[in-house]
Amino acid sequence: MTLPTSTARSQPGSSQGQFIDWLAHLPWWLLFMLLAGVILTFAIFSDDLYSLIFSKLQNGILTTLSVTVVAYLIAVLLGLLGGLGRVSKNPLIYNLATLYVQVIRGVPILVQIFYFAFVITPGVVGLLNALGEAINPGGLLASLDNQDIPMLARVVTALAFAYGGFEAETFRAGIESIGRGQMEAARSLGMSYLQAMRYVILPQAIRRILPPLGNDFVSMLKDSSLVSVLGVRDITQEARLYMAASFIYPPTLNMLAFLYLSMTLVLSLVVKWIETRMGKSGH
Amino acid sequence: MDATQQPMIVIKNLTKHFGRVKAVDGVSLTVEAGRVMVIIGPSGSGKSTVLRCINHLETPSSGEIWVDGIQLTHDHKNINAIRAEVGMVFQQFNLFPHLTALENITLAQRIVRKRGEAEARRVAHQQLERVGIPEKADVYPGQLSGGQQQRVAIARALAMNPKIMLFDEPTSALDPEMIKEVLDVMQDLARSGMTMVVVTHEMGFAKNAADEIVFMDRGGVVERSTPDDFFSQPREERTRLFLSQILR
Ligand SMILES: Nc1ncnc2c1ncn2[C@@H]1O[C@H](COP(=O)(O)OP(=O)(O)OP(=O)(O)O)[C@@H](O)[C@H]1O
Ligand SMILES: [Mg+2]
Repeated sequence: MTLPTSTARSQPGSSQGQFIDWLAHLPWWLLFMLLAGVILTFAIFSDDLYSLIFSKLQNGILTTLSVTVVAYLIAVLLGLLGGLGRVSKNPLIYNLATLYVQVIRGVPILVQIFYFAFVITPGVVGLLNALGEAINPGGLLASLDNQDIPMLARVVTALAFAYGGFEAETFRAGIESIGRGQMEAARSLGMSYLQAMRYVILPQAIRRILPPLGNDFVSMLKDSSLVSVLGVRDITQEARLYMAASFIYPPTLNMLAFLYLSMTLVLSLVVKWIETRMGKSGH
Repeated sequence: MDATQQPMIVIKNLTKHFGRVKAVDGVSLTVEAGRVMVIIGPSGSGKSTVLRCINHLETPSSGEIWVDGIQLTHDHKNINAIRAEVGMVFQQFNLFPHLTALENITLAQRIVRKRGEAEARRVAHQQLERVGIPEKADVYPGQLSGGQQQRVAIARALAMNPKIMLFDEPTSALDPEMIKEVLDVMQDLARSGMTMVVVTHEMGFAKNAADEIVFMDRGGVVERSTPDDFFSQPREERTRLFLSQILR
C-alpha cells in the first residue's frame, strides 16, 4: 500500500506547524492571570506595602460577600415573582410586573441606588410613621427615624430590586420556553394554575435558566462595588479610603482588582459545579 | 343502559370563536355513561375545540356543558373539580419530562386527590400494569418510545379515577408500529365501561370500539350514527365525500 507512506511523510513536516498551532491556542490570558495572581499572592506575604494594603482591604471582604449573597437571594425571589407577574393573565399583576421591569431596565443601577437611599427609604419611613401614629401614637413605628435605616440595608435593597428586574425577564423567558402542552396537561389533571407552575413548569424552567442566573450572581459580586458610593465599607470603599489617605494608587488598585478576580473566579467555579450537578439530576 | 341514569356529558348549543374564526358553531351532543363516542372530521373542523371545551381548556363563547350532572361555570373551583373527573390524553403525550413515569402518575394524585405517597405509588404501579409497561416505572419520558409515552399518559389520567376519558388524536404522533399498542389499551378501556370521547383518524378503532360516531365539518355536527350505519350507509353527502377520501 502506498497510502500509509504518504501520510507518514507528511507528518514530520506538519509537526512544527502543529506546535505553533498548539502555542497559538493556549489560553494565554489564563496563564497571564495565574502568573499575576501568584506574584500578587507572593507580594502579600513578602512585600510590606502589599501586605499593608491587603490588611486594609480585607476588612471589606465580608461586607462585599454578604452584600452580594443577600442582595442576590432577594433578587432571585423578586425575579421569580416578577417573572410570574409577566406571564400572568391578570391585567393588574401583569402591568405592575411590567412597569417594574421597564423602570429597572431604563434607569442606571447607580441612580437606582441613590433613589433607594435618599427618596424611597425616607418616603417609606414617613409612611410607616404616619401609620404608626394612627395605630399606636408614640410607639416604635411612629418614632422610627430615617437615620435608623443603615445605608447597608438601603443599598442591599436597591441592588436586590435592580437585579430582580433582570431576573424577572430571565424567569419569564424560562417559563415561556416550556411548551404550553405542559400547562394544559397539568391543568387537565385538576391542578390549579399555581400548582402547575410550582410542580411542572418552574422545575423545568429553572433548569434552563440556571446558566444566566449563575452569571448574574457573578455580576452581582462586581456590582456590589457600587455600595461604596454610599460609604458602605466593602473592599472598594476600603481601597478608596486608603488611596485618599496615602495617595498610593497603583498597588491599591492592583490589590482591589486581584481580590475581585479571585472571588469571581471562585464563584464561577461554584456556579459551574452547581449547574453540572443540577443538570445531571434532571432530564 | 339504565334509562333513568343521567347522561355523563351534555353539550348544548356550544359555540367557540377565536377572534373572527368560528371554530365550533352550535354543537349539541350527549354521551351516556359507559359509552364511547368517536368524533371524526377533516382538519380544522373543530373536533379538538369541542373536546377541550369539555374540560374547559378552552372557554366556550356560548352554550352549556354539563359533566356528570354538574354544569361547567367559569368558577375556578368548579373547573378544577370537573377536570379531576375528566382525564385527557393529548396527541403530543405531554408527559412531564423532569419526572419519572411513576412520578408523572403520582404527582396529581398527591396534590389534587390528596393521596398519601404510598397509596399514590400503589395506584401508579397498578395503572402501569394495566397499560402493559410495569417495568418502566422509574424511567424518564425521554427514554421511552412514543407508544410507551402515550401509555404512561393514559395511566397518568386513569390514576385520577376519572369518570370520563377524552382522547385527542392519541395515535397521530406515533410511528405506525406503535399505534396498535395504544389502541389496544383504549379498546380494553372501552370494554371496561369507561365513558370515552375519542377524536381519531383510526377508522378500525372507530368501527370496533365506538358506540356512536359523530362526523364534524366546519365547526358543526354533520351526522351522528352507529359505526355500522356510518360506514355502510352514510346519510350526508359530505360524510360520503370524507369517507371516500379517507378509506381509499
Ligand atoms: N388557540 C387558537 N387560536 C386561534 N384559532 C384556533 C385556536 N385553536 C383552534 N383554532 C382554529 O379553530 C378551528 C378549529 O380548530 P380545531 O383544532 O378544533 O380543529 P380540529 O378538527 O381538531 O383539526 P385537526 O384535525 O387539524 O386537529 C381551526 O380553524 C383552527 O385554526
Ligand atoms: Mg385537533
